[in-house]
Amino acid sequence: MEVTDETRVLEPGHTYNSATQKILDIPLSRLRSTPIGWLIGFLIAFLIMNLLLIAVGNLFVRGVGIWGNNMPVGWAWDITNFVWWIGIGHAGTLISAILLLMRQQWRTSINRFAEAMTLFAVANAALFPILHLGRPWLFFYLMPYPNSLHLWPQFRSPLVWDVFAITAYLLGSIMFWYMGLVPDLATMRDRATNKWLKRIYAIFSFGWRNSARHWRHYQSLYLLMAALATPLVVSVHSIVGMDFAYGLVPGWHSTIFPPYFVAGAVFSGFAMVLTLLIPLRKFYRLTDFITNRHLDNMAKVMLAMGLIVAYGYTLEVFNAFYSGDMFEAFNAVDRFTGFYSPLYWGLILSNVLIPQLLWFKAVRRNPLILFFVSIVINIGMWLERFIIIGASLTKDYMPSSWNLFTPTQWDVMTFVGTIGLFLTMIFLFIRVLPAISVFEMRELVHHTTHRDHKTLPAASQPQAKRGTHGAKR
Amino acid sequence: MAQNDKKLYGLLAKFDSPEALVTASRRAYEAGYRQFDAYSPFPVEDLPRAMNLKPSPIPWLVLAGGFAGALGGFVMQTYATVIDYPLNIGGRPLFAWPAYIPISFELTILLGMTAGVLGLFFFTRLPQPYHPVFNSPDFLEHGSQDGFYLELQANDPQFKLDETRHFLEGLSAAQVSEIEA
Repeated sequence: MEVTDETRVLEPGHTYNSATQKILDIPLSRLRSTPIGWLIGFLIAFLIMNLLLIAVGNLFVRGVGIWGNNMPVGWAWDITNFVWWIGIGHAGTLISAILLLMRQQWRTSINRFAEAMTLFAVANAALFPILHLGRPWLFFYLMPYPNSLHLWPQFRSPLVWDVFAITAYLLGSIMFWYMGLVPDLATMRDRATNKWLKRIYAIFSFGWRNSARHWRHYQSLYLLMAALATPLVVSVHSIVGMDFAYGLVPGWHSTIFPPYFVAGAVFSGFAMVLTLLIPLRKFYRLTDFITNRHLDNMAKVMLAMGLIVAYGYTLEVFNAFYSGDMFEAFNAVDRFTGFYSPLYWGLILSNVLIPQLLWFKAVRRNPLILFFVSIVINIGMWLERFIIIGASLTKDYMPSSWNLFTPTQWDVMTFVGTIGLFLTMIFLFIRVLPAISVFEMRELVHHTTHRDHKTLPAASQPQAKRGTHGAKR
Repeated sequence: MAQNDKKLYGLLAKFDSPEALVTASRRAYEAGYRQFDAYSPFPVEDLPRAMNLKPSPIPWLVLAGGFAGALGGFVMQTYATVIDYPLNIGGRPLFAWPAYIPISFELTILLGMTAGVLGLFFFTRLPQPYHPVFNSPDFLEHGSQDGFYLELQANDPQFKLDETRHFLEGLSAAQVSEIEA
């Protein structure tokens, strides 16, 4: 295939060394040469994060009563934020695992960053159910462990499945991410000039020495982890969807939830990747590695997922009336015209209408417009989660107990604070670790400079792929 | 080179390209060398076959871990809800196996991944901060960036310093150096 500007995943002219150097110069630069932009950004993120510290501190002292949650709305911003954050995490696993299995070359320059984003998003997500427990310090009650009460968690409840799903997802993502980092940490060890830095990277790279005997095990494992992470990511958000689908609340009790939640998760996750990558590639001049082709492809995935989500919205309304249940039907009408209807129409605007812009190539290849579209989608997805979770609860089967929900300042501070925490971790990550997988980039350099290879990059080739050139015994 | 007081670990030959390394590794194997290793800053797909390496046993470990997770998760839930703490909820069956599937599935994946990662540490003998190949200054500079190396170890019965050096130079190595143990 002819390589043009359209299809390029790596700008020409890079060698193993130049790619390595360009990526590693960011984390390995001296402390004093930290860009001023990074410092300002980090400071802002850090200050926002302190809102979380204050909000959570107050929560620990005074309890969940400081939030706006009150019967019948027991799940409000906290669970909305949980679902929103965990959804954002899904794009990372999707990019790194599914695209690896599909042997998509364009994955290479964005997978590391997306995986890191996953970790931080899942860490944020996991905070919320724990904070919502009321007695967060007893969170370990959620796990089955031998206890003096002789009690077990209720294994028939999706809420307990959720605990396992999130735990498995968090641990699996950490392992997958760290596995990918080890060869890069070894490169950093060899490139670092500071003695202490060298030692730190040496410890964290386990003494990796790029031996072919090691690479063979490594690739085998990496591919298998991708194969396992793929169903994992689907299962996690399906289970999150079941948290609601198992409940009888009008607006929740629907079999479409698991797939619809997964699509929504991927939708918002890709939006978040774009929101972060577009400024990053501009600021660190990484357009050689994160080309317009990457933006284009991510926008296409977003468009496809947006259409699935739109289908979900349509089917929700259809099912509400088709069910013949007057409370379900009322819930749908209430979304259109009730107290929260501005939020509902806002989500339709930002998740269904505005993403239609992505049909146009000019939009997909314009970083600035794409950046704004991705932010709009992030907001839209948050609104969707709130409409489903919070707004449905305000009006259930007993009209005498209907009550509206309004957030308090502590709700807002907790949510905004987690955004600060997320950004703080992202800033630290790009400062101390390579945001682009270096060894896979070298592999990509190898493959793009040897066009006759019919092979693809990434650790996707275990051993013994037959039929390629040479090495026949 | 002070061969007399320092023990020789082997010879390290450097190559310019992954293709040259693959060819050299194959020739080394054909020449009868077994105690040898190749180093490349990214996985080179033909290399394991050229070195005649056996397929990695890691998939079996992942399978075993996954199986343990599936079975363990299912048995744990069955034990908890049927035997240890039977809870009658509206007369529904105690052995509600469909509800056990999600947790069994999550544990399948978690234990499968964990077993694979532990297996990687086991088979690669990592963490191993010291290795003789790190004694080569050239390897330290290029080994993890743009150098492709073949290492023939002195404990191979085939290894004879001069002959082996000659053999490596015949493979169009860019440079050949001795590494101390």
